[in-house]
Amino acid sequence: MSVLRFSKLIFGSATVFFLIAPLIAILPLAFTDSVFLNYPIPGYSTRWFVELFTAGVWQRSIINSLIIGCGTTVLATFLGTVGALGLRDKQLSLVLTTIKTIFLLPMVVPAVVLGVGMQLMFARYALTNTYLGVIIAHTVVAVPFVVVNVLAVLQGIDRRLEQAAASLGAAPVTVLKQVTLPLALPGIVSGAVFAFATSLDEVVLTLFVAGPNQRTLARQMFSTIRENISPAIAAAAFVFIVGTVLIAIVVNFSRGTNRANE
Amino acid sequence: MNNPFIRLEEVSKSFGLLTVVEGLNLEIGKGEFISLLGPSGSGKTTILMMLAGFENPTSGAIWAGGKRIDSLPPHRRNMGVVFQNYALFPHMTVSENVAFPLKMRNVPRAKVKERVGKALDMVQLGSLAERRPSQLSGGQQQRVALARALIFEPEVVLMDEPLGALDKQLREQMQLDIRDLHRRLELTIVFVTHDQSEALTMSDRIAIFNRGKIEQIGKPSDIYDHPSTQFVAEFIGETNLVRGCVQSVEGGTARVQLPGGQEVFVETATDLRPNSSVCLSIRPERIKVGRREAAGNNITAAVSDIVYHGDHLRLVARSDSQSLTIKTDRSQPTLSIGDEVQLSFLSSDCWVVSA
Repeated sequence: MSVLRFSKLIFGSATVFFLIAPLIAILPLAFTDSVFLNYPIPGYSTRWFVELFTAGVWQRSIINSLIIGCGTTVLATFLGTVGALGLRDKQLSLVLTTIKTIFLLPMVVPAVVLGVGMQLMFARYALTNTYLGVIIAHTVVAVPFVVVNVLAVLQGIDRRLEQAAASLGAAPVTVLKQVTLPLALPGIVSGAVFAFATSLDEVVLTLFVAGPNQRTLARQMFSTIRENISPAIAAAAFVFIVGTVLIAIVVNFSRGTNRANE
Repeated sequence: MNNPFIRLEEVSKSFGLLTVVEGLNLEIGKGEFISLLGPSGSGKTTILMMLAGFENPTSGAIWAGGKRIDSLPPHRRNMGVVFQNYALFPHMTVSENVAFPLKMRNVPRAKVKERVGKALDMVQLGSLAERRPSQLSGGQQQRVALARALIFEPEVVLMDEPLGALDKQLREQMQLDIRDLHRRLELTIVFVTHDQSEALTMSDRIAIFNRGKIEQIGKPSDIYDHPSTQFVAEFIGETNLVRGCVQSVEGGTARVQLPGGQEVFVETATDLRPNSSVCLSIRPERIKVGRREAAGNNITAAVSDIVYHGDHLRLVARSDSQSLTIKTDRSQPTLSIGDEVQLSFLSSDCWVVSA
């Protein structure tokens, strides 16, 4: 083995370890039977999972996360897909380039800044402490992920397929429904999954715009770790990680089937 | 043309500052097979896109079947389009692809099934109805595209280099198939190609495009035998272009002096003035080697190259400063480089082209 390959291997492993070490550290604690969130683990049990799924606050926060996540997914996927359809040309005019940049802006703008702005604005329209408010807030940060994913797929679609459909008698709406959207589906699905995942772990905006009734799982974990450091956090983290891995598998699968269709 | 089916009237198309088609007039008859032939960028595909409705003319009018169509959207033009890359819907099966235009026209289900079956039989693909396009070869995909473009009995079929992606043997087979369908179904076909031999074999008429304009339009034999410009002469087939000076004109025959001093007789339809300079086109296969023809033109030349092509030989001969290519059969006595040969050609095989 050459030195180069050896050092690549070392650096590669070190990077992977650096990335997943926090996850590895928290996971075993989900199965502790102690009431403290620390090592060493005296014994193993699933009591914190029971706590997670039966205690009122945790149950509520899981349901909230699902409601807000689904709402965000629907709204962001719709807006992002429509936006991507309008921005799909490879050469955009100045106006469209600007719009595209604005679409992607929430990816880089500090969430704190967005949060302050939203709180001020939502208060005016009585959207603070409502589900709709939180869904809108999450949608703002989720839309860029949908736009990016759908755009990537749309730009790969041969325009001549749509021209062919039109020449065969399909009106523009029919072309969209029968040709463009089915072909863009893999991008739309992965966009939707990203939107859901974004909503799931969004904390900052939630802190600004959500009231006690819209406390999400991520938000609940955040306050639990400050208030009583219960190992239920580790159990919640475990659920999160398993959920995320499942989502990643779904995305990969949808991309895989897309490739098989080509 | 009496009663043309499609008429383009002073059609121009520009993209920004670039003018792709300029003041084009073209009439296409019902049931005609017309090829638009030209190098890439000559505007032929743009014309097709305007006929299909994917592009709108910058100015001018397009008529089809007595109606003005240039502002009609593509889905209301009832024209079948066949693309070079087939443009089959990858998420549908072969039969779903072919059924698509019928579904768009709300044809009842039972009827759709019957007609799809017939259309696939027509292109000999009945057994592959449930496959996906990606599981078919290029030739099969193009047959599906053809069936899909013909199944709704369009008034006009537009083809954009449909055989460009196929290999030579398959291409020649498909040329015959398309030609056959054209005759059987009495289709009006507008066929875009940059392959001159394809245009010659398939078309009723050929329009040669150069820089957004039609350089010449006519029957394949007219264009081949009587090219009107140097561009056409060189683009269609192979030719020898020879410059000369008109000495005298008598009753449709001109006496032209070549740069080396030899004189040839040329039949011409255009008015030539004595002392004007002209460009002559002589097809390589019309030049005979080794014989003097009393009625024709005779010049002497020296063989400078011989290329063996299997069924024929290609000679390059120099006469004074002029180099001539000659296509000859192999019944000639063996020649070798440097031999002096007698070349002859009829005055009617010598054609004056404008620069």
